[in-house]
Formats: sequence, structure tokens, C-alpha cells
Amino acid sequence: MSSRPDLKLPIYLDYQATTPLDPRVLKVMMPYFTDKFGNPHSTNHTFGWEAEAGVELARKQVASLIGAQAEEIIFTSGATESNNIAIKGLAYAAYPAKNHVITVATEHTCVLESSAALQRAGFEVTYLPVNAEGLIDPDELARAITPKTTLVSVMAINNEVGVVQNLKKIGEICAARGVSFHTDAAQAAGKIPLDVNDMHIDLMSISGHKLYGPKGIGALYIRRNANVRPLALFDGGGQEGGLRSGTLAPALCAGLGAACQIAAEDRNKDYDHISALSKRMKSTLFGALSGVYLNGSETRRYPGNLNFTFKGVKGDLLVKELRTIAISTGSACSTEKVEPSHVLTAIGLDKKQIECSIRIGFGRMTRLEEVDYAADQIIRTITKIRELL
Amino acid sequence: MTRDTVYLDYNATAPIKPEVIEEMTRVMRAGGNPSSVHAVGRGAKATLEKSRQTIGRMINCRPQKIIFTGGGTEANNIALKVTGIEHIILSATEHDSITHIRQNFPGRVDVISVDENGLIVADELRECLKNASKNTLVTVMLANNETGVIQDIKTLADIAHEAGALFHTDAIQGLGKIPVDFRALGVDMMSLSAHKIGGPQGVGALVALEKIDIQPLIAGGGQEVGRRSGTENLAGIAGFAKAVSLVPQNLRHMDFITTLRDRIEQEIGAYASDTYFYGAGSDRLPNTSTILMPGVLSETQVMAFDLDGICVSSGSACSSGKVKPSHVVSAMGGSQDQALSTIRVSLGWKTQEKDVESFIAAWKKLYDRKRRSL
Repeated sequence: MSSRPDLKLPIYLDYQATTPLDPRVLKVMMPYFTDKFGNPHSTNHTFGWEAEAGVELARKQVASLIGAQAEEIIFTSGATESNNIAIKGLAYAAYPAKNHVITVATEHTCVLESSAALQRAGFEVTYLPVNAEGLIDPDELARAITPKTTLVSVMAINNEVGVVQNLKKIGEICAARGVSFHTDAAQAAGKIPLDVNDMHIDLMSISGHKLYGPKGIGALYIRRNANVRPLALFDGGGQEGGLRSGTLAPALCAGLGAACQIAAEDRNKDYDHISALSKRMKSTLFGALSGVYLNGSETRRYPGNLNFTFKGVKGDLLVKELRTIAISTGSACSTEKVEPSHVLTAIGLDKKQIECSIRIGFGRMTRLEEVDYAADQIIRTITKIRELL
Repeated sequence: MTRDTVYLDYNATAPIKPEVIEEMTRVMRAGGNPSSVHAVGRGAKATLEKSRQTIGRMINCRPQKIIFTGGGTEANNIALKVTGIEHIILSATEHDSITHIRQNFPGRVDVISVDENGLIVADELRECLKNASKNTLVTVMLANNETGVIQDIKTLADIAHEAGALFHTDAIQGLGKIPVDFRALGVDMMSLSAHKIGGPQGVGALVALEKIDIQPLIAGGGQEVGRRSGTENLAGIAGFAKAVSLVPQNLRHMDFITTLRDRIEQEIGAYASDTYFYGAGSDRLPNTSTILMPGVLSETQVMAFDLDGICVSSGSACSSGKVKPSHVVSAMGGSQDQALSTIRVSLGWKTQEKDVESFIAAWKKLYDRKRRSL
């Protein structure tokens, strides 16, 4: 094994599971832990006002990242909660006049589970298939919409394979048919340009810890003049316009706000940096190894996500053998689940190919030397495993 | 905010302890998603499970019973939505995150009253439980957020269990101020929140017996054994555990806090014969005082104190901007005017003698000014 004293091991290449906290974000958060610790809902004293001001600034920063207005943003505990509110909340709000929801086979588990909960409650759900590239066919979406359809939910960037759906096209179809359009942008916010008006998006879920912000915070954008507004999942003090009760965490809100602002400022720089890393990883692996396949579209793809199949090399074995690199075989949520990835299944891989797949994720903090080191380790390890087979 | 602002609103939120910030900063820097199987993920998972064990040890329950949530409100909501519940019994002085069920529950809801000391009338509970089944849930808070009145949860839980009902307690205000022991309380479920004890906002827990069929409010990746999905707020949880581990230190400090609180009530009581302290006749939290200043709206009082650099509250912080009489004071027999003229003072780990002195002086000043103008 090559010794690299300048590299801190293990090298983290699992940016879809979670991203490191940007030190600039932590700096913004700290005062809310110490001096400005008030309850933002204490509307009668200075500590409360200060905390509230932090929350409201953060709301503006989140809104501004996606071309929305501050009052269209509610804070949640994370994208999972945002997705649950958007899908279940909206379906119930439109029920019984409408009872049909359309989503995609490759959505995140929390969207699929929310949809399954609706089915158990008697709603109709259509799961659109994807092609080998991982993309839906907009014409098929248009055909699936009926007068009973409330909502179309399509994720912006897939967490497992990184493909980018054509949100603008989907949004136009939904707008023309008077159906609400929700997108799970947990992987996309701050990574690619998103504009809720240009893309006709009515609801958007955002996660803090996928864009270099803190865990435990997310946001849901809800179009102000939308025809249907979601119902709350749970109730209490009536915070966030009654949609999401519970004391807000100003430190977390401020962290998400700062993360959004930094992402807005650094997005082009980040994207160029990550594209260069991605290109380097791909060319090194394809140059040195045979039997390598990139899963999902190569062109309509966020470059920070590379999902590969290495013929004959089991992903979990590879991940285990790569002791100095933190990568994953797929979604981090599926804790100890043994079923094969539903995303790779949907794009047409068979069980054997899925078993031999891993996801490599880069981000803002990844350095070129780390990519080179990781590529080298991957090549050596795969070669070793293949020799033993 | 100036350095000498006096913060006496600990029941709304408490300042975070430095040890908690240190621990959270460490965890945030370490990174990782607890569900990832690689080394970084395993490190995060170890932090998560160590936090669960710490809290379990401190509140005397098996760690598996602890479900981490986005806060106390969510914990209370999960408890109310346990699978199969058809009948809910709650007390008249519960927090908004419980009382909303009166509007939103499809089944039967009974509200039991409290006496003038804020204590539940046990016979009324027995009466409501006459038609109880295993689908009945009784929910009573351990210590009230507005008055600090402490209920005899053990006895109430026993009564509920004899009738075959489930029992939940919202122990959010109790934790850190009085001993909280899950097993000794004899309840089936208990809600906790981190930010009332010097931990961070945005994290809480529901402690629930394993036999209880939790219906997840938030579906997804199946974290928390399928009972609460979403990537865990790891730094928040670690900070919560750190704050819970410091609870014994809090409790030792409560003797001092009691003397400060009692001093407020003695001096104000001696100064103004027409004042009243809600809940003072019962066992209550050592840090809380609910003070009536007759004829002066609580909103006015809070504003006046704020101008003097003192932060107090007109009741629950949740009712943002809503000026309404305290439902707790009303339930204890207070008139509409009284319920509109009461403030809550709550002390905590950073409160000092001089803070209390400033408050007493400001209270007297406002009282005198209002007397003169009447």
C-alpha cells in the first residue's frame, strides 16, 4: 500500500450519505448555541427576537437559493420529514375530490414509503418507470395524469445514481394539467441551478446535511398561491404557519441558511471542481480496468455521484477491503437491508450486476490527491480480488 | 443583547451548556451518517448508540426504548398516534402539542379537570376510565410548563393500568429540575426534550415500552427501528446525551434555585397583598413562579420587563404572537382577567442572586406605576 503522509485517512467519498459540515457554516451556528440561545417563538423579549431574526434571515437565504420568497419556506427536521409533509399532507388535503398521486420507481425510500402509506389508506399511486439512463419519459407522465391526480413527485437528482431529471419539462406538464409538482431536491439543492418559477415547482424538499450544513434540519418550499396546501403531519404550538409545530432550532436554521448562501455563491466553483474530480476518477478507472460500467446517464448527471458496476467484484466485499476509503454500495438509509437496490433494479440491472455495484461520491472538500489515491486503491483492490476468483 | 440582560425564561428554552457545545462541535467535525456501513459511518453509529445508552442509564430505561425525534412536540404527537388508540384522556393543563388532539382526533376525547392547585382530580380520571379498554390512552404531564405543578404520575399511571389503559407522560419540563426515572414513574411512554435542560433545540425523544406499536409519523429509511425515519440529528443527539449526563449537577443546584424562587415570591407577596402565585400550594418545580399582577395585562408586563432588560414570559412560548388567556390559569379557577394578567418566571443553571434582585425591583417598579395610574 502506498504511504501518503499528506493524506488524512480514511478518505471520505460518500457525499450522498452525508456531507462534512463546512467550517463557515459552523461559525455561523456557534453564536446561536451560546449568546443567542433564545426560543424564537418567545415573541416578547430580546432573546426571542434575536433567535427569531436568525431564523428569518435563514429563511430568506434558503428561499433565495431556489428563487422563492421567504414566506414560502418552512423549516423541518430534514428532507425525510419535508417529503412526508409534501406527499401525505398534500394527498390528504385534496382528498376525497382527488385521490391519485404519481411518483417514480427510483425515488428515495421516504417518498416510496409515504406513497405506500397512502396506498394502504386507499389512495391510488402510479410509479413511473425509468429508462436505462434512469430518466422518466415526460410523455408517459402526461399520459398518467388523470382528473383525479393531485400530485406528481419526482426527485431532482437521484441519490444512488446521480441522474438529473428534466424538472422544467415535468413542471410544464404539471402546470398545464393543473397538478401540483413536488420535487425531492435533497441531493440537488445548492449543487445545480434550481428555480421554482422557471421549473414550475410547487413544493421542494431540501436537506441541510447534504449541502455541507447540519443534520437535523431541512426545509420545504410551498408555493404561496398553490391551489392545494398540505396538511400538517403533527400539531402543537402552531409554528411554521401551523404546518410544522415544535420549537425551531435557530442554530440549525442559521446553519441551513448559511449553507444555502454559501452554495449559491460557490456553486459554479464547486461544480467545476467536482466535475474535474469526477472526470479524473472515471478516466483512471476506465483506463486501468476492464469490465467497468457507469450506471445511469453519463450526460444528464451530477458529476459528484459515480455509480459503477465492476464485473465479478462484489460491492460489499470491495467496500470492506477498501479500508482507507469510506464509500458505500448505495443508499445509507437502508440500514442492513438485504434487498437489492430498487434504483439499480429499475434501470435494468440484474441481481448479479447490482451486487457488484458501488457508489463513489465527491464534494466541495474532496481534493484531487484524494481521488488519485482512492482510484489507485480501487484499481489495486479490484485487481487483487479478480486474481483470487 | 447586552451582557447584563437578565434571562428568566428557562421553561421556554435554557442556554446551552459549554460542555454540550464542545461535544456537539466534536461530533459535527467528525461527520458521518450513522446508517453508512464504512468506518466513518460506524463512528457516527457508535456516537448515536452511546448517546442512547447514556440517556437510558440516566433516566433508568433500556436504551432500546428511546426513539429520537425532532423535539418534544413530535414526541408527544407520536405518543398520541399509537396504533389502535380510540379513546384519549388528557388533563386540562397539558401543553398545546397534546391539547390539539381535542380538535383532531376521530375517536373519543375526555378532558379531566384540575383543582385550584393545578392537581388532577383522581376520581375524575377513575370515572373517565370506566369504559376504558386497551385502546384507551391517558396522557398527563409530569410538571406543568406554566406553573411547574408536579402531578403524582405513579399513582395516576397505576389507576390507568388497573383499567387496562396505556399511560403517557410529557416529562419535558420535569427533566433536569426533579428526578425523572422512567421505571419508577410506571408509565408506558414518556416525552423528553433537549433544549429545556441546556441541550440543543431540534432534538427530543419518546421513551416507549417495546410492546407499544408506534405508528411512524415520518416514513422513510427506517431509522430508529422503523419508528422515526430520517438521518439522525447526530450532533443534536450527542448534545442531548451530554446535557442529560449533566442532570445530576442540575439537580444538586436546585436547592439554590429554590431559595431564589422563594425569595421572589416572599418579597413580592409581602409588597403587594393582591398578588397571587399559581400552583404555590402544591408540589411544584423549584425554578418556576407564576405571578399575578392584577389589572396589568401580561403582554404589557412582559414588554415592561424587557425594557428593563429582563426576559420573562406570558406563559407558553409556543403561542407565538397570540394574546389569549392562559388555559392553565383558567383551568386552576382563575378568572379571565387573572388569566390575562399572569406572567411566568423560570430560573435555571446560570441564574444568580443579582438576577432575581433585578427582577424583584422591576416588578415593584411596574406595580407602583400601575397603582398610581389606576
